[in-house]
Amino acid sequence: MANQQMKKTTQVQRKYQALAKGKEPPRPIVLNCIRAFVAGGAICVLGQGIMEAMVHWFDMEQDKASDPTVAILIFISVLLTSFGVYDKIAQWAGAGAAVPVTGFANSLCSSALEHRSEGLVLGVGGNMFKLAGSVIVFGVVAAFFIGILHHILGGGAH
Amino acid sequence: MMQFVWAFLVGGAICVIGQLMFDVAKLTPGHTMSLLVVAGAVADGLGLYDPLVEFAGAGASVPITSFGNSLVHGALSELERDGIMGVVTGIFEVTSGGISAAIIFSFLAALVFKPKG
Repeated sequence: MANQQMKKTTQVQRKYQALAKGKEPPRPIVLNCIRAFVAGGAICVLGQGIMEAMVHWFDMEQDKASDPTVAILIFISVLLTSFGVYDKIAQWAGAGAAVPVTGFANSLCSSALEHRSEGLVLGVGGNMFKLAGSVIVFGVVAAFFIGILHHILGGGAH
Repeated sequence: MMQFVWAFLVGGAICVIGQLMFDVAKLTPGHTMSLLVVAGAVADGLGLYDPLVEFAGAGASVPITSFGNSLVHGALSELERDGIMGVVTGIFEVTSGGISAAIIFSFLAALVFKPKG
């Protein structure tokens, strides 16, 4: 794709692209990683706190508690997205806000809000998975093949 | 208390991997998330993800990699019970809670709120 595009450009355009590449500000990789680490870690600690609270107050088992924990985190994320706060956090935290499950909820919710003006069915319903859809597609396809492989190789569930 | 420390360290580390995929490999967020989910699924297929959850708690179950892990979990547990068809019917068994919650809350939010920023 990129190569095909390159072929269509003229000499001058290619020269400009080389020039523009040199002027691009370098990404502050180390700083970004520290921010992602702190923010992502903090969200996981929040999750751990909710999980411990579930175990403590509702007498849930540790592994059963992770479902309501995820649901609560998703609820918080949707609320923050609706008030426009999550995008600000994401701008600071980068992958630290995108990788946790809250980022998944954020991508659903922001797509839903963004296309609200196109109506409930075509706008909200049709676009909700615009960004998050690929995660589900590739997750499901991968899980399918891993399941088939397990069946062939005879490994049981764990 | 140590659970919180490990949750912070492991969860943070997975986010740093995501950040490196953004910045160093120059992948789009869509590619990064898809890769992480597939990585989580493969890790569970090899039996590596459960020990990580055991060890890091929410540090492993909150990042998106755990989504791939749960997909494989559902597929494998129904594979054991119902045979080969179980792979297809079981995939969403564990994750349905998270996906349904995200769909329902997002839909309600779209009814109530106007987009910001």
